Amino acid sequence: MINLYKLISRNRLALFGGVLLILIFIISFLSPILPLKDPDITKTSDRFLLPFSDGYLLGTDHLGRDLLSRLLWGTRLSLLVGISAALISATIGSILGTIAGFYGNKTDNVIMRLIDVLMAFPYILLALAIVAVLGPGLFNAMIAVALVNIPFFARNIRGVTVTIANKEFIEAAKLSGMNNFQIIIYEIFPNILPVIVVTISTTIGWMILETAGLSFLGLGSQPPQADLGSMLGEARSALIVNPHTSYVPGAMIFLIVIGVNLFGDGIRDALDPRLSKGQLIKPQPVTQIKSLGKVNPKPNTFFSVENLTTAFEFDKKLYLASKNVSFDIKKGECLGLIGESGSGKSVTALSITCLVASPPGVITDGSINYSGKNILEMDYEELRKIRGNKISYIFQDPLSTLHPLIKIGKQLEEAFIEHSESKNNEASLRGKELLKLVQIPNIENVWNSYPHELSGGMRQRVSIAMALTNDPELIIADEPTTALDVTVQAQILSILDSLRKKRGLSVLFISHDFGVVSQICDRVIVMYGGQIVEQGKTENIMKQPRHPYTKQLMECVPHIGYGKRKLPTILGSPPSITHKKQLGCSFADRCFNKKNNCMELNIEISKKGDSDVRCLYPHE
Amino acid sequence: MNYLIQRLIYAIPVVLGITIIVFFILSLIPGDPATAILGSYATPENVKLLNEQLGLDKGLVQRYFIWLGNLLQGDFGRSFALNRPVLDEILERFNATLILSGTAFILCSVIGVLMGTLSAFKQYTLTDKIITFAVLTGISVPSFFLGMMMILLFAVNLQWLPVSGMYAIYGGGDFLDLIHHLIMPAIALALVATGVVARITRNSVLEILRQDYIRTARAKGVREGSVLIKHVLRIAIVTILPILGLQAGFVLSGSVFIEIVFQWPGVGRMLVDAILKRDILLVQGGVMFVAACYVLFNIAVDLIQRVLDPRIK
Repeated sequence: MINLYKLISRNRLALFGGVLLILIFIISFLSPILPLKDPDITKTSDRFLLPFSDGYLLGTDHLGRDLLSRLLWGTRLSLLVGISAALISATIGSILGTIAGFYGNKTDNVIMRLIDVLMAFPYILLALAIVAVLGPGLFNAMIAVALVNIPFFARNIRGVTVTIANKEFIEAAKLSGMNNFQIIIYEIFPNILPVIVVTISTTIGWMILETAGLSFLGLGSQPPQADLGSMLGEARSALIVNPHTSYVPGAMIFLIVIGVNLFGDGIRDALDPRLSKGQLIKPQPVTQIKSLGKVNPKPNTFFSVENLTTAFEFDKKLYLASKNVSFDIKKGECLGLIGESGSGKSVTALSITCLVASPPGVITDGSINYSGKNILEMDYEELRKIRGNKISYIFQDPLSTLHPLIKIGKQLEEAFIEHSESKNNEASLRGKELLKLVQIPNIENVWNSYPHELSGGMRQRVSIAMALTNDPELIIADEPTTALDVTVQAQILSILDSLRKKRGLSVLFISHDFGVVSQICDRVIVMYGGQIVEQGKTENIMKQPRHPYTKQLMECVPHIGYGKRKLPTILGSPPSITHKKQLGCSFADRCFNKKNNCMELNIEISKKGDSDVRCLYPHE
Repeated sequence: MNYLIQRLIYAIPVVLGITIIVFFILSLIPGDPATAILGSYATPENVKLLNEQLGLDKGLVQRYFIWLGNLLQGDFGRSFALNRPVLDEILERFNATLILSGTAFILCSVIGVLMGTLSAFKQYTLTDKIITFAVLTGISVPSFFLGMMMILLFAVNLQWLPVSGMYAIYGGGDFLDLIHHLIMPAIALALVATGVVARITRNSVLEILRQDYIRTARAKGVREGSVLIKHVLRIAIVTILPILGLQAGFVLSGSVFIEIVFQWPGVGRMLVDAILKRDILLVQGGVMFVAACYVLFNIAVDLIQRVLDPRIK
């Protein structure tokens, strides 16, 4: 609760809504003890007095009744009715939803079909039918509004209950001998309460409006008693000549509802996990770049990354995902980048053409040099002309990385058209030629398919074809075979390898699997905790790993034909990314060779044998 | 096509459920319809006779099946207050409601989606803030109050638009006249729904922008404008479609108030009058007819959804 209060108070609009509501509450609920005129006393000589008339602050209505007094009493009534309706429908709806979600099967079916039928009505029809049965009156209008909103609660609560009912702690509660009723009360209810609160906060505004609406139609409160809706309804006949009688109740309804909405949005935002994780912030087309050190591009290298540091920014703190990463790739070379998930390899790969989603991503240092230019200093258009043209990507899971609603052919063509002046038919010829190149049978079929209609292997071939569209010089393959089964994996690798050799492509191949990397890479970089810990020729590293991490990682690869052995794992887990400055070796916690001075100073990468290693005590 | 048939078959139990609810709820209405029609001075013989004529002497379940059978033959009964067949009255009124709600629905879908998308694309800029504020205001104003204020401003003070009605009493009746009368009620009716649609669109566009396939489009070097229009909007429309179906229900509901404020001769106004006059058959028929149309409309939305999203099988 304290947390909630904090989050809401941070949101100024929500705070404003809350304060507005509290003020309206206090004033309207104090109306019995305030020095107000009787709201129902009529005085025909004082009809339609304007606001600020003698003795009537807000004027009088068509019967000469004091509008201020009627407004406050009416507000009180409207709030009471709206809130009661919300509580009634929240209670019944939550009970129905919980029962349906918890018991499932037949119970669920019966309840939800009933709810479906209720939802098949536009709500007003049902409300009108209910009022028609019960007769006009404020209490009946409240019942109608409450009933109409039950399906909404029932559906929301059922959804949450179903997910909770399948969790382990419910199973545990069952085993500990609790009966269903106890489980619902003690285990489920506390977990669905936030959802109930959010649902109430988002619907209570509606319910106040709906009751006011029924009263406005003359189906709610009956004279002389008046809520805001019936005040407005009575004022309507005098709208043109005496509009002030309409302004008063109308403005009050507006204030109440906007207060509820602002405050409700605040609660919803505070409880919405997507917001706190920044998932509802638009990512920029280019990663944000901050404070670059001056780097002189190397004129002779084809491609190099110098000192690249990429961070994620949350609450003004920088969490470094890759730290001072430097490497180069020669023409026609395949460089492997290997590490566990969270080691910073994908972030490094995406940083190369500034594809890290920003916010929260920020490149804080370094340069990326491609044929004599620093990519990080390019403007958007210059960068765009490189993306997918000179440097292209193959991503891990083509089901989520290909657009689900665009046909394969169109997606292939697009990659071509965006980088050339040529016509559509040229693009389609090119696309089909590429599909042939990645050994796709029945090209016409695939061309007219959507991604979900293809197998995983086919989709990945399409991704490769797409990456090859504009004859790139560098392909960045981010775990291209991870989502595939072993035989398909082998086919994809051989396609990639032969294409590379035929076309003199450079490849940055990212993987967590030494087995795969050893098959196709000339050189390997091992990353850990955002840093390069070892790099060298593939055969050297395979033969003689120097860094303890590399060695342990390689032992995790199963070998066929070497008999049974227990597959080792690396104990512990990789360090979590923090914003604090850290000293010493990031692998020390999990290292068998850890010495005292490993944590004392920053360890530089240095030559050891045929490889470069970041370790004080590398393997000999 | 198969799907359409299948979907229509699935709709049958729902529509049957609606008939049961409509019939039984409304038959709970206390009091004797015959007395209501003939007035309290009627002789018991006359009341009995009329009850027999109306078929009210039979059991409830039997009456339901008679009513249902008549419905299927297009016989909705006779309104005693208007003294004409219920269906004739509904069809005449429904035309007006359809024009009003349909216009409002198109307005809220188009403007809502545009505003929401713009707001997401320009997140945290002045445009976004203005739209967000407008949306918040829009969903907080009761449509009937807004309608009244519009009448004051545009009809009474500025005299740009007619105060109420569907056609001018003298000399009107053509299409332009209709448009002239339609502007205010359609905008007042569309406002809340526009706000809701804009809000949901904004959030769903922002979520889509984080998806992997958008990153792929950017990695391909697709121009940012095409990324937004070809890749983001395409999928946003598919996600928003069911929400639009739901909004149609709200627009239809709101039309009751707007029809009363603007004296629009639609079903909503007819229903409220019928309730106040206890004209049960007219209420039954009206509710039934509109609910059935709404079910059909949602089937249509489902079908469009299937056409636009090949993943649904």
